Amino acid sequence: MPELKDIATQIRRDIVRMVHACQSGHPGGSLGCADFFTALYFKIMKHDPAFNMDGKGEDLFFLSNGHISPVFYATLARAGYFPVQELSTFRKLNSRLQGHPATHEHLPGIRVASGSLGQGMSVAIGAALAKKLNNDDRLVYSLHGDGELDEGQNWEAMMFAAHHKVDNLIATVDWNGQQIDGPTYQVMSLGDIRQKFEAFGWVTLQANGNDMDELIATMNEAKALTGQGKPIGIMMHSVMGKGVDFMEGHHEWHGIAPNDEQLKKALEQLPETLGDY
Amino acid sequence: MLKEIQVSGQKDTRSGFGDGIYELGKKNPNVVALTADLAGSMKLNAFIKDFPDRFIQCGIAEANMIGIAAGLTIGGKIPFTTTFANFSTGRVYDQIRQSVAYSGKNVKICASHAGLTLGEDGATHQILEDIGMMKMLPGMTVIVPCDYNQTKAATIAIAELNGPVYLRFGRPVWPIFTAADQKFEIGKAQVFSEGTDVSIFACGHMVWKAIEAGIILEEKGLSVEVINIHTIKPLDEEAILKSIRKTKCAVTVEEHNIIGGLGDAVAQVAAKHFPVPFEYIGTKDTFGESGKPLELLKKYGLDTPDIVAAAEKVIKRK
Repeated sequence: MPELKDIATQIRRDIVRMVHACQSGHPGGSLGCADFFTALYFKIMKHDPAFNMDGKGEDLFFLSNGHISPVFYATLARAGYFPVQELSTFRKLNSRLQGHPATHEHLPGIRVASGSLGQGMSVAIGAALAKKLNNDDRLVYSLHGDGELDEGQNWEAMMFAAHHKVDNLIATVDWNGQQIDGPTYQVMSLGDIRQKFEAFGWVTLQANGNDMDELIATMNEAKALTGQGKPIGIMMHSVMGKGVDFMEGHHEWHGIAPNDEQLKKALEQLPETLGDY
Repeated sequence: MLKEIQVSGQKDTRSGFGDGIYELGKKNPNVVALTADLAGSMKLNAFIKDFPDRFIQCGIAEANMIGIAAGLTIGGKIPFTTTFANFSTGRVYDQIRQSVAYSGKNVKICASHAGLTLGEDGATHQILEDIGMMKMLPGMTVIVPCDYNQTKAATIAIAELNGPVYLRFGRPVWPIFTAADQKFEIGKAQVFSEGTDVSIFACGHMVWKAIEAGIILEEKGLSVEVINIHTIKPLDEEAILKSIRKTKCAVTVEEHNIIGGLGDAVAQVAAKHFPVPFEYIGTKDTFGESGKPLELLKKYGLDTPDIVAAAEKVIKRK
């Protein structure tokens, strides 16, 4: 298997090309989370690209902040869920790769639609409860934006997960400090997210979301904490736009596509490692 | 003749739901019941007592409950969410839309205290728009059973359907006039009387009111067809067309806004295939208010005499 960092670089390359090709989509958060997705699908989770919706005996992943679909799709394709060539159809008519993830077109790897924010943690909890009812000891992972935590449903879900001891769930917050209208501290102050999770009864860890070794070590630590009566939260500090210097740390790159010149500049920083689609 | 219909007792339809889900609990190990702090009102006590591991208390957090239900289907569970109709639909419309309907999840949204007959709690709780909201969602089945027995049978039947369902019932004690041993057929209209002068299509509690009105009309020498459209979606277009081709006029009766409910659904079929004069019984684009169920039906024009008058009017319009 190729090195994880090479996979992440190719996924970043895929993201930028996908968003450029349709001149829409969300590159910023996608680039920031490329290392997380790579770690999850190529190291941490037990999963089967043959894809079965119920996923019995497998670890499951739910993407709550569905707008970072480019990184989800690129990862699934690179992991063998569907042909990488299909990435070229992203956001185009008659594609299975909808703007936001959907089950409607039966794209392998997607288990619920997301995009309208704040719903993914509830769904992940439901799937985790189903695993308990089925005596299935595999885990459920989820990813949430920090801006997405503005949605109240997350806090309903957090309260529920602690109360019902959903200890087979590892929810990660992409704490990049950016949302559409600006930095999170300007749009809606989140305070100390980690302390809030702790106050809601979760065990929390933190990691640099753009340091592969640290990320994997933290996720393994999280795995070791499962089954002890508490849900687990990972506060992942990532940089929006990571890997493309002119996008890094800028909320403006939340949801705009690079032009031809910007694409060229971006790809110069992201060498082709696994072969382009 | 409608007057031959026997009333076997009086019970609330929500108790039919509670008894139905208890039966399901015994025979289907995948059935899971969820509630948002309304287990007692939703008559889940027997289910909780015998199947505590398959009962999930969500607290007063309906949005989270809908999401959890969607997640439970991943792994083969058949979740039944339970709360009042207002909190089952309007409060959580986007959660149902994205996590359940668009995602094609096998969630059963079971809603009590629908409509005016909720009574004294007033308009904040008397949702009159839920049928419309739910029927507009692609892939959603919408069922409004008419009495205790039918609600119990419908509850059991929807577990066999693979897909999202909205099941609407209510709070008041109401006549029981359908068979205890009925097999509920989703999407199949139930004909209570055949007639040639007027078709009366009703759903939910209002089926009994339609029968009462039909008896009065029969006593006046009219030939009345009373049809229970317990499944608003998918709609039994064949039964509707067969009836209106014969009677050449229609009255629809529902405990719901006339905008967006049963009446709209039936009229759309008629408009497309066989236009006939129509009269609508339902709330007229208004909110409800506090009062006793039967007082409210009278004030808002949903009582038996209102249906009789609508039938006589529509017959004259032929």
